[in-house]
Amino acid sequence: MNKKKTRLSLSQKRMIMGYIFILPWFIGFLLFYVRSIFMTGQFSLAKLTVNANVGGYTLEFLGFKNFVFAFREHGSFKQVLTTSVINMLVDVPLVTFFSLFMAILLNKKFPGRAFFRAVFFLPVILNSGAISAMMDLAETMMNGGISATASEVATGDTSNIAFNIDYLVNMFMNLGLPSSILGYLSSAVGRINDIIKASGVQIIIFIAALQSIPSSMYEVAKIEGATAYETFWKVTFPMVMPHIITNVVYTIVDSFTNSEVVDLAYKTAFTDHNYGVSAVFSIVSTVVTCAILVIVVTLIQKRTFYYN
Amino acid sequence: MKKEAKILLDKTKRTLNDPLKMRIAGNEIKNVLMTVFKYVILIGVSYVIIAPVIGMFVNSIKSDADAFNPMVFVLPQHPTLEKYKLAILRLDYWKTAAKSIGYTAGLTVVQLLVCSMVGYGFARFDFPFKKLLFGCVVVTIIIPSHTVMLPLYMTFRSIDPFGIGKLLTGTPGLNGTVIPMYIMTLLGCGLRSGLFIYIFNQFFRGLPKEIEEAAFVDGAGMFYTYMRIMLVNAMPAVITVTVFSIVWQFNDVFFAKLFLIPDSTAISKRIASLQGIIANEDQILSLTLQELYRDAGALLVITPVAIIYLILQKNFIEGVERSGIVG
Repeated sequence: MNKKKTRLSLSQKRMIMGYIFILPWFIGFLLFYVRSIFMTGQFSLAKLTVNANVGGYTLEFLGFKNFVFAFREHGSFKQVLTTSVINMLVDVPLVTFFSLFMAILLNKKFPGRAFFRAVFFLPVILNSGAISAMMDLAETMMNGGISATASEVATGDTSNIAFNIDYLVNMFMNLGLPSSILGYLSSAVGRINDIIKASGVQIIIFIAALQSIPSSMYEVAKIEGATAYETFWKVTFPMVMPHIITNVVYTIVDSFTNSEVVDLAYKTAFTDHNYGVSAVFSIVSTVVTCAILVIVVTLIQKRTFYYN
Repeated sequence: MKKEAKILLDKTKRTLNDPLKMRIAGNEIKNVLMTVFKYVILIGVSYVIIAPVIGMFVNSIKSDADAFNPMVFVLPQHPTLEKYKLAILRLDYWKTAAKSIGYTAGLTVVQLLVCSMVGYGFARFDFPFKKLLFGCVVVTIIIPSHTVMLPLYMTFRSIDPFGIGKLLTGTPGLNGTVIPMYIMTLLGCGLRSGLFIYIFNQFFRGLPKEIEEAAFVDGAGMFYTYMRIMLVNAMPAVITVTVFSIVWQFNDVFFAKLFLIPDSTAISKRIASLQGIIANEDQILSLTLQELYRDAGALLVITPVAIIYLILQKNFIEGVERSGIVG
């Protein structure tokens, strides 16, 4: 009798099972994200002292002093933040269009496709934190190391790809292109290495997106007599538009995670033990990232076409 | 000879006079040019990607004499493996690599299970606040991990259940062990776990509901259905996540540094100090020579993931095409 009353319907059972399935993540989210964000806010308003032997820490409330310090007195924060943001704004369109272009090239069947695809994902492996950290360290040793003499530094880089861009710049300058556009383009060519390195995952996402476009659409376009150019702008581009948002978001976040602001925040916390100021850096950079994300996504979303 | 030339000339004339043939010929030329253009770009970009690796490899097999010989370009005169020998010794390579791979594999398995489970929960069950909660998953993807790094460090520094941390590292707190990383991953907040949950969710949503219903009718429980039926069907997503997870965990320095994971378990951290160690211990003070050792070490570190990637590569890219990265 009693058993019958407490018996749950199937949908209720499934509801509970659903909660059980997501439970681990939910606990983690509360513990590591909600709580941490709250704590970062707390740290940014206080002076944090680590208790050396016992573990734990004490907080001393300071108000907005850390913020004032970060913006008014800290030597490099503002500059680092602006360069990071500018780098990101320069990178995002370049990476997005480069990866779209490459995905289109790699999408169709041709001899050697498997090889090229494997190569294009290599940067994700090579661009590891490990290798770049090592390179960074090598660079600081190179710049500040006592044993470094000019000749040794000069013979060091045989693997660098040197490319003299001045010649091209002069040529286009003579053609009368505006220097601001030229500056952007030349910096883009100069950064081709970084752009290629940063676009491994994006290329994969775009390839997947291109594969998901129904082939019937291309058939229709062909029957109606559309040229390749028209087909791209009328079929391919609108269909991958939603994934452009995904990729832009991914690129922005990725570019910020690898930016100098993070390094600065890390260094301030763990080298200088200035935890409060480091928390301020984290908060400010996160707010800036989120603001940029919201602006960019809303701008693109307006022009996005959703097939389904 | 003359006759042949004449035939050719006639043929060309005929083609030139016939507009249809002209168009076909034009298209052919266009196609050939496009193919050439395509290969030029692909090979060029591939070169930019591969060149540093080739450079590193060449550096790593150079002998000391080659390093200072300005005549040596690309191919060293006296190739040698001594750079590898010393790098292996100083990295304690086999031991560190084995430990590193074990650590990565453990985390990958945990991450795979937890993320697929959560993804399945979001994809197939209806419950109140589902949309809001899934929004939170997206938020965890977007929030850069450095925003939460300080509290994480402080938290794991402060908790020490049963004195495990003190026992293992001599200092209070769990930092300095691999436990924090396992806890984070187990609770679905490990390295880019949000992204993996998202991928699994998208993939499970794309699978037909009939499979599950059949399993349910046959008396399988919900958990059994997930483990034995859905996860098996989600192979493309599983492979995608496995590759990403292995590569990112193995290369991760951020969390390794944050939780002070010892160098002996994190080869990604250890490689950073290789140049310094070689400079100090072996008294190799020339930067040019140090770089050769550094490159050898870097190649050694890349090798395990590169091998795993090459094995899973084909499945991986097919998997990406079929898995739910694309909504």
